[in-house]
Amino acid sequence: MNREDLKIYTARYIDHAFAITGLLCCLASLGIIAVLFFDLVLDGLPRITSTFFFSFPSRIPEKAGILSAWVGSVIVIVVTALFSIPIGVATGIYLEEYGKKNWITDIIEINISNLAGVPSIIYGLLSLSLFVYLLKFGESILTGGLTLGLLILPIVITATRESIRTIPQSIREASYALGATKWQTIRWHIIPYSTGGILTGIIIGLSRAIGETAPLITIGALTFIAFLPSSPIQPSFPFISFGWLFDAFTVMPVQIFNWISRPQKGFHINAAAASSVLLVMTLLLNGIAIYIRYRFRRRIRW
Amino acid sequence: MGFTKENRIKIGSNKGFDLFLLFSMLALYSFLIFSVHAAERVIIKADGSSTVYPISEAVAEEFQKAKKGAVNVTIGISGTGGGFKKFCRGETDISNASRPILKNEIEQCEQNRVEFIELPIAYDGLAVMVNPKNNWVDKLTVEELKKIWAPESQGKITRWNQIRTGWPQSTMRLFGPGVDSGTFDYFTEAIVGKAKASRGDYTSSEDDNVLVQGIAGDINALGYFGLAYYEENKDRLKLVPIVNPKTGKAVLPSMETVMNNSYQPLSRPLFIYINKKSLDKKEVYEFVDFYLKNGKKLVREARYIPLPDSAYRLAEERFRSKKTKSVFAGEPEVGLSVEELLKREQKK
Repeated sequence: MNREDLKIYTARYIDHAFAITGLLCCLASLGIIAVLFFDLVLDGLPRITSTFFFSFPSRIPEKAGILSAWVGSVIVIVVTALFSIPIGVATGIYLEEYGKKNWITDIIEINISNLAGVPSIIYGLLSLSLFVYLLKFGESILTGGLTLGLLILPIVITATRESIRTIPQSIREASYALGATKWQTIRWHIIPYSTGGILTGIIIGLSRAIGETAPLITIGALTFIAFLPSSPIQPSFPFISFGWLFDAFTVMPVQIFNWISRPQKGFHINAAAASSVLLVMTLLLNGIAIYIRYRFRRRIRW
Repeated sequence: MGFTKENRIKIGSNKGFDLFLLFSMLALYSFLIFSVHAAERVIIKADGSSTVYPISEAVAEEFQKAKKGAVNVTIGISGTGGGFKKFCRGETDISNASRPILKNEIEQCEQNRVEFIELPIAYDGLAVMVNPKNNWVDKLTVEELKKIWAPESQGKITRWNQIRTGWPQSTMRLFGPGVDSGTFDYFTEAIVGKAKASRGDYTSSEDDNVLVQGIAGDINALGYFGLAYYEENKDRLKLVPIVNPKTGKAVLPSMETVMNNSYQPLSRPLFIYINKKSLDKKEVYEFVDFYLKNGKKLVREARYIPLPDSAYRLAEERFRSKKTKSVFAGEPEVGLSVEELLKREQKK
């Protein structure tokens, strides 16, 4: 075997070694999730029944359910999405398409990347003083949604920018060449082509938000709530009420946190059951993200 | 290249659609902002100690059932201290507390003109626990506990044989509740002599189950928390008898010893504090009334120790006459027996 051959063999060997290491890492992380999930489901399965989904918290573990928690989670996530998507996507588009490279955009950019690394409890403290005390929103669904919205804003902005960046410059040039204005280019080309990436980013952001506990505990999400927010539909004029925005709420992670810290074993089973439900919710959101990405990628061919 | 099917059709279509989209979004958001008005239904807000939480939760659950859902109760767990902060800002109607209100908290309340009614509702024992395999700790005196937990001991008292000669030389592993809990305040007050004075080099957690895990998993562990957590983990923990400084007898905490006052100084009363102004709301009044009438049964169900009947009667009197202020006058006190508490109730 001469030296060239040896080099080739070594290179191949390294290649294989890396592939195997990568595969092992992949399997290890999958394995950890699988073990955690099965452990949770094994503990919680006897409690996952329809009554569990449609009962309020109770002092008797067998009677306790997650109705107020999952309804709270869903509503808070909706408010989060309504707040963070327009602002986040608009910011991303501005920074990529309009923003000139100067010190202001530099500052914004540095801020965004810094915000992504700020511990979530800091967002809780910020909204405690801003939303709860200064703007007097109280410990409400609105405050919760806005808090989580702030939390995932950097994720949405970054996802928007990344996915706009993958659009080749030639597309923009072609659009201009046909006489389109900047807004027309953005409206008919940039946004449609980046929608897949943006939606993926949004959903990943939302699935992070749905599992957050710390900032919501800081703003005072409550643990015992045995009622649902007031109905958005009213029998009298104006028929639609947004009073629910100011209702107190609880969310899944807070409910789980409360059950875990109780002495009775029955509550620990409840916590495991609720955790599996939360995990399935997160997996579903991520699954939707993957599906959307697939759909949009298939439709666009450069 | 580049065009999706829809776009090819839509291209050249109007600006109108964009404007429509923009305006409808603006309309939706402004509608959101302007059409909001505070919910009209009555909500009773309680917050505070996680120790008292199970009792208040039980009462709230039964109360809502009795009212057929017409009145809603929310309960948070910000800890006794955190609960008083909100209470004295007037944000909550009821504050759950595992210790009497302190001087600076009373001042806070006065500043915000929050008058409160103090009602004892149950007794709780703080249990000191070791690992079941630990065969050397037979009992502990208050002095020994003080040696273990005093701030001066930090970094110095680390081995068992420093507490009592003859005990092993191995390093102690200490577990205790977080500093925002009333349990921590009460224990430090009772043992060290000053609330919140404790060494800092121990494993602390707001979640008592973490402490249970820690003590159950380490032969050199020692920790303290509410008796209810021991009741649920009897096989994994060993209770330590505490020598009552007055009688000199080592006493194990239990329903009986807490009630007959022989387990001292680690028995404590639990309270609810009610904002006097909130009692103008009929629902809050009814809730507190319900609390006192059904407290005894629900306290036992929540694994705490009920006060004697006479105490509940006196609490009810105090509540009916809306007597404000704390019988403790902001001075933290330990080792208060049911009788002493009652005398104070009568005196006021």
